[in-house]
Amino acid sequence: MSLEPQELEDLTSKIGRKPTSTELQIVAAEWSEHCSYKSSKKHLKMLPMTGPLVISEKGYDSGVLDVGGGYVVTAHIESHNHPSAVEPYGGAATGVGGVIRDILSAGTRPIAILDGLRFGDIEKDQQARWLFKNAVTGIADYGNCLGIPTVGGEVEFDKCYTNYALVDVASVGFGKKENLIKNHAKKGDLVVLLGGSTGRDGIGGSQFASDSLESEDRSAVQIPDPFIEKLIIEAVLEARNHNLINAMKDLGGGGLSCAVSETADALSIGIEMDVDKVHTREPGMHPDEIMVSESQERMLIVTDNAKLKKLQEICKKFRITCSVIGHVTSDNMMHVKKGKKTFARLPTDVVANATLLDRPSKKPAYLATIEREKKLKPISDYSKMMMKFLASPNIASKIWVYGQYDHEVGIRTVIKPGRDAAVLRLDNGKFLSVKIDGNPKHCYINPREGAIGCFEEACRNVVCTGAKPIGMLDHLQFGNPENPEIFWTFLESLKGLTDFAKYFKIPCVGGKVSLYNETPSGPIKPTPLIGVLGLAEKKHQTNTKINTDDVLIVVGNTKNEMGGSEYFEYIHKFIGGRCPVVDFAESKKNMDTVLDVIKKGILKNVHDCSKGGLAVAISEICMVEQIGCTVSLDKVPGEKLDTDRVLFSESHSRYLLVLEKTNLKKLEDILKKNKIAFGVIGKFGGEQIRFDSGSKKIMDLRVDKARKTWINSLRELVVHG
Amino acid sequence: MKIGVVVFPGSNCDRDMYHVLTDVFHLDTQYFWHDKGLPKNIDAVILPGGFSYGDRLRAGVIAAHSPVINDVRRLAAKGIPILGVCNGFQILVEAGLLPGVLLKNTSLNFMCEWTNLVVENNQTPFTNQFELGQKIPIPIANGEGRYYVDEATLEKLKKHNQIVFRYTDSVNGSSYNIAGVCNEDFNIVGMMPHPERAVESEINPIDNKPSSLIFKSLLHTIGVEN
Repeated sequence: MSLEPQELEDLTSKIGRKPTSTELQIVAAEWSEHCSYKSSKKHLKMLPMTGPLVISEKGYDSGVLDVGGGYVVTAHIESHNHPSAVEPYGGAATGVGGVIRDILSAGTRPIAILDGLRFGDIEKDQQARWLFKNAVTGIADYGNCLGIPTVGGEVEFDKCYTNYALVDVASVGFGKKENLIKNHAKKGDLVVLLGGSTGRDGIGGSQFASDSLESEDRSAVQIPDPFIEKLIIEAVLEARNHNLINAMKDLGGGGLSCAVSETADALSIGIEMDVDKVHTREPGMHPDEIMVSESQERMLIVTDNAKLKKLQEICKKFRITCSVIGHVTSDNMMHVKKGKKTFARLPTDVVANATLLDRPSKKPAYLATIEREKKLKPISDYSKMMMKFLASPNIASKIWVYGQYDHEVGIRTVIKPGRDAAVLRLDNGKFLSVKIDGNPKHCYINPREGAIGCFEEACRNVVCTGAKPIGMLDHLQFGNPENPEIFWTFLESLKGLTDFAKYFKIPCVGGKVSLYNETPSGPIKPTPLIGVLGLAEKKHQTNTKINTDDVLIVVGNTKNEMGGSEYFEYIHKFIGGRCPVVDFAESKKNMDTVLDVIKKGILKNVHDCSKGGLAVAISEICMVEQIGCTVSLDKVPGEKLDTDRVLFSESHSRYLLVLEKTNLKKLEDILKKNKIAFGVIGKFGGEQIRFDSGSKKIMDLRVDKARKTWINSLRELVVHG
Repeated sequence: MKIGVVVFPGSNCDRDMYHVLTDVFHLDTQYFWHDKGLPKNIDAVILPGGFSYGDRLRAGVIAAHSPVINDVRRLAAKGIPILGVCNGFQILVEAGLLPGVLLKNTSLNFMCEWTNLVVENNQTPFTNQFELGQKIPIPIANGEGRYYVDEATLEKLKKHNQIVFRYTDSVNGSSYNIAGVCNEDFNIVGMMPHPERAVESEINPIDNKPSSLIFKSLLHTIGVEN
């Protein structure tokens, strides 16, 4: 827990003297990679962050989008990887807590949680299974208690996360535009710390997260208390309604050090505070510990003398502590005292702005040969293979996970987990669609195209619900950035995301970078995770009951892009080949057209085609709707490919549409007019999921059997495995 | 006519219940914070779901000792309709206003899923618009939702017609698949499933009409045309 020699030199020269020990602690926390983004900040500027709906205010921890009718949606994403890898229950739970407070900071009520979870191979690895099980329980116990629905997410297993865990949490907030906190402060305003007590947990958590995980440092993991968080949410929203909050920030990584310095820097003020005024969990805590403790469930609020009494009354009602720990000054200094004695006095811009780095980057050597394919053993029995595939942890239904999350509370959840994207109804009569997607297997093979693919997949999912993408969240997770090869993969992913965002005019409204994700056996695969928010003016019909004789259409070409596919990696245990590449023009055309036909109301069901390819996507429709389908592989548009490639290629920009036969002509006319590649590939009915090539039967599964396997296998593995 | 929704620290379905009572059924509804008393002229009291006191010690047990529960008890004795949903049911049981206990589900997990209920008693203030045996598709969301009574109490419940709702399937290990019960006078009803999550077609993918009858029964009981 210290500064690099160069950074210490920098600090000394900037303040013109030797820093005190408290100052060192404060600066080390704030200048950690986790808080300062010193490796990534220079590059993150390339992402487009403005748009007609984006509301930018100083000091917001979450993105704000104007959704009309006087309402706003806020969104943010964070991870809690290092803590979850050593203490999955607490790590995952506090991950939820942190992102919720970011939403609250803007003055909006959190209305949804999404989580992306990644672990090692749970089929073989007991520890991975333990991490998975406990992270899920941690999220469930925390989110359920708060009464914020966990409406979506994803779970993935890959050997690259062995002895490690990625726990990403995104949250969405909603509120009236007029209730947004307009962060401001003037000299003499009061600085209040509200919520849980400051203890010795999470000491140095942000530095812990900015280093490779070598020792299990459990004291750096924070302890969750969802009950206090719930009380804070209600107290803060009540205080907001009474206009008692001038500025607000949650305490996350770096604790008080970061919250105080960043608030002061963002508002161009100084803050003088007394550590003796901080309510602590135990006596005898040193000022250094108080300043860097990452105890959870705390908010920093700037208010003034006239408002303080009412704020204290509200806190009393909810029985949460609020301490006036300092006041606003005009000297732009962060002044930390204990009683009368000064422990730190630093210019806030020095603390809040670490020297940004120019990390060298170099294309990783493995990429030179990764696209080469090897000869694979042909599949002798596709039906048998498919049953194994449907039971595999990455393909199997995640109902065991989302069934433990209250996804209904708040009574907004229109489309519930287990479909493409979740849809929430808003008070302005519109519908918000949200989805997060990652794909480390693709990103490992091609960091740029893989990242773009995640972005497009999240957009596709949102489009499948009839919503137009309006904003994006990115969470960039990579290994040690000091390794030029890893830094190269980070830059490539970022450039890809930037290009896609600009082409589609989807602004980045929030994000996070998590580096130093190293496991005992090396860095994780590049794992950018993309969240997309979409807006629909009305509720669209995208998953109604399918009947016999309904027709299945695929939109988009199936290409020879097998690299990083579940089929190659799970069935053939082969990592390599060319990963799917998004053709921007084709992607846009398909997206716009699918949205258009959904709006016309002629479809019964829409489903994204992604992991596991056409075979899995079609089976999912059949298993969910409990109806058979006969599919003709010859009708699938795209170049002529071997059967397994048609079935399992994970090419992007593809959508499955289901409609009544009577509407087929209408649909075909629209698709033809827009020059969309499509095929009428199947007909529903019966009890079999069947794929034919010409007159040859390729695969034949019973819907009920497939469904049972698909739904139960993950639970069986976790509970009895 | 006034309906009270009691809010405890940690309640989290209070706003959902309020929305349904006011926006869907147009009832005059008011929140009551747990340390405030309930007025004498109230027509029904609803204890909503959530995690009162973070489910510490045991779900509902701390809230059961709140000052407001004395008023609930007093109103109940006067025959005022009282409904406890999910955590509200747990609180009523912990307060001794309803028989039985609620244990951890047999899965040992929190369970959020849609279930089917059967109406077993259509003479309570919350079920009088149902046919006996009528089915209700409705979601549950709980970790401690397994209703348990011993054999003798179960027989007593059956005899006094105190079983209000049963699951059609064994969902969580509840005794006799019980999902909701009432007191001997029928005016206090507790249920684990969430009717407030099932009365609007927008968020109910199956059929919102049966759940609506729970609220329409209340309207009928207190004599509101709507």
